[in-house]
Amino acid sequence: MSLLKITNLVQRFGGLTAVSGYQADIKEGSLNGLIGPNGAGKTTIFNLISGFYVPTEGTIEFDGTLINGKKPHEVTALGIGRTFQNIRLWHDMTVLDNIRLSQHYHLQYSLAGALFRSKQYYKREREIKEEALKLLDIFGLKKEADEFPKNLPYGVQRRVEIARALSVQPKLLLLDEPAAGLSSADVKELIDHIKWIHKNFDITILMIEHQMQVIMNLCEDIKVLDFGKTIAEGSPEEIQKNPQVIKAYLGDEGDIYA
Amino acid sequence: MDKIRQNLFIYSVGVLFIIILVLAAAGVIDLYIQTVIMFIGVNIIFASSLSIVNGYMGEFSCGHAGFMAVGAYVSSVLSVTLFTANKLTGAPLLPPSLSVVLFPVVILIGGIVAAIAGLLVAVPSFKTRDDYLAIITIAVNFIIVTLINNMAVVGGSRGFMGMKKVLYAMKDVVPFPYILFWVMTFAILTVFIIRRFVSSVYGKGIIAIKQDEVAAEIMSINTNRMKLVAFMFSSGLAGISGGLFAHVIGYVNPGSFSILKSTEALVMVYMAGMGSLGGSVISAILFTILLELLRPFQILKWVIIPLLLILLMQFRPEGLMGDKELPDFFPKLKKYYKFK
Repeated sequence: MSLLKITNLVQRFGGLTAVSGYQADIKEGSLNGLIGPNGAGKTTIFNLISGFYVPTEGTIEFDGTLINGKKPHEVTALGIGRTFQNIRLWHDMTVLDNIRLSQHYHLQYSLAGALFRSKQYYKREREIKEEALKLLDIFGLKKEADEFPKNLPYGVQRRVEIARALSVQPKLLLLDEPAAGLSSADVKELIDHIKWIHKNFDITILMIEHQMQVIMNLCEDIKVLDFGKTIAEGSPEEIQKNPQVIKAYLGDEGDIYA
Repeated sequence: MDKIRQNLFIYSVGVLFIIILVLAAAGVIDLYIQTVIMFIGVNIIFASSLSIVNGYMGEFSCGHAGFMAVGAYVSSVLSVTLFTANKLTGAPLLPPSLSVVLFPVVILIGGIVAAIAGLLVAVPSFKTRDDYLAIITIAVNFIIVTLINNMAVVGGSRGFMGMKKVLYAMKDVVPFPYILFWVMTFAILTVFIIRRFVSSVYGKGIIAIKQDEVAAEIMSINTNRMKLVAFMFSSGLAGISGGLFAHVIGYVNPGSFSILKSTEALVMVYMAGMGSLGGSVISAILFTILLELLRPFQILKWVIIPLLLILLMQFRPEGLMGDKELPDFFPKLKKYYKFK
């Protein structure tokens, strides 16, 4: 069953066309990759899906709902979680607070409830804390709960960011270069981790990644973008052999000697 | 026993509150000291309300006195017309003795109107931030002061008076330092509710905006709604401080709420440290006492205070307490204070 259906997506910034006619039909439970050279428009597509940009043309349908023009927090509330290319944790808040705050959209108490400490306030705050600690435990981060992310190693920060994205209980998880800046040992761990999340959280994943080791190990279906256009689509084996993909990444043989 | 120890801080505040009131009622504390205590209370509300926006949310509002003016004028006009003979309505609209009960309601109405005025800044903040939003806040301060200056019905630039008569009307019922009582009560309640706000997952939404607004949006925080709440909450409390200020002084004029007054709030918040409520309280106390100590030096005090601020920013740019609270400096205090 289709979870995310993107039709003829176009995004222009003035005279620059960042995304041109992008199509996607992402099946529920699948693990998909989006690759391409720098500036190909991958992150722009993520920004369009998560509501930071309103598409110039085209439609984005998530779980049967048209999400064009919805605000990012509304898109998140519908069930799309996201991480960023550069880690965007709240570095001066504890790891626990980073996770707790992602429950903002279903707090179920009002400002008055917070100020006058209603029964519902205590109930929800307790539940939110318990759920957050449970998630941190699953990710092996319980002992870091009271630490500030800025004091943690980069690899752990990445794990916290993924845990935070999962805490909104998404149906679709968008991972923007999760292996960026990680050591090779951390990358191997990340691959296992994403496999484990995919299996245990019963979730659909769409990821952007430059490290082919990650993409080829994880993704069932890969799309390749270049200058905003899809130049190839298929399984990891098909993509590896595709001459257009090789050309986009390495250039023509003749280019070197020209 | 444990419960008493955990609440020792709150009990101490309560005991201090009662001692000050008893001493004031008995005439042991003279009127000057009472006025200084009331200014401290007003400044605590004024500074801590600004710390919601500038400290916790990380925006730069520099027209906070505008909202103080709204609260001051609305509550003053209400209390004077309701409880005293005046030029606007002639006879009081309600029996003056009712002022004892309705005084806090009048102050709260001033706060509510100021909160609504806060929309003037809250709505532009959806699309603007940093320096540009700061310019808007200054503009709002000027708009409010200019409007009051041109409203003959509230005295225009000559100001509005008669609030002392409201205090006398209250004292006629039962002699008691009402205004001191209400200033201290509102100051304690303000600190209490701001603390509750920023310690809840709901309120922490504004801290998330300060640290990374994009991440806040993507983690399901409706940043526009939180900005609206923060600006209205902050201006509402500034309005309450204005209402109390007007009744302490007994007279207000638009000049009292100029950009200089807004600067006083900024000085207190930045002296305190951004994002420290305890810091705002300590800073409001120190600032008010400093102003009083420097009173004999007249104009010179506006050389000394900015100079102190420059030195503070030079040697401790994060302010006295940064974003920490007292128990972060003195962990033993945690034993005596359990926050719910």
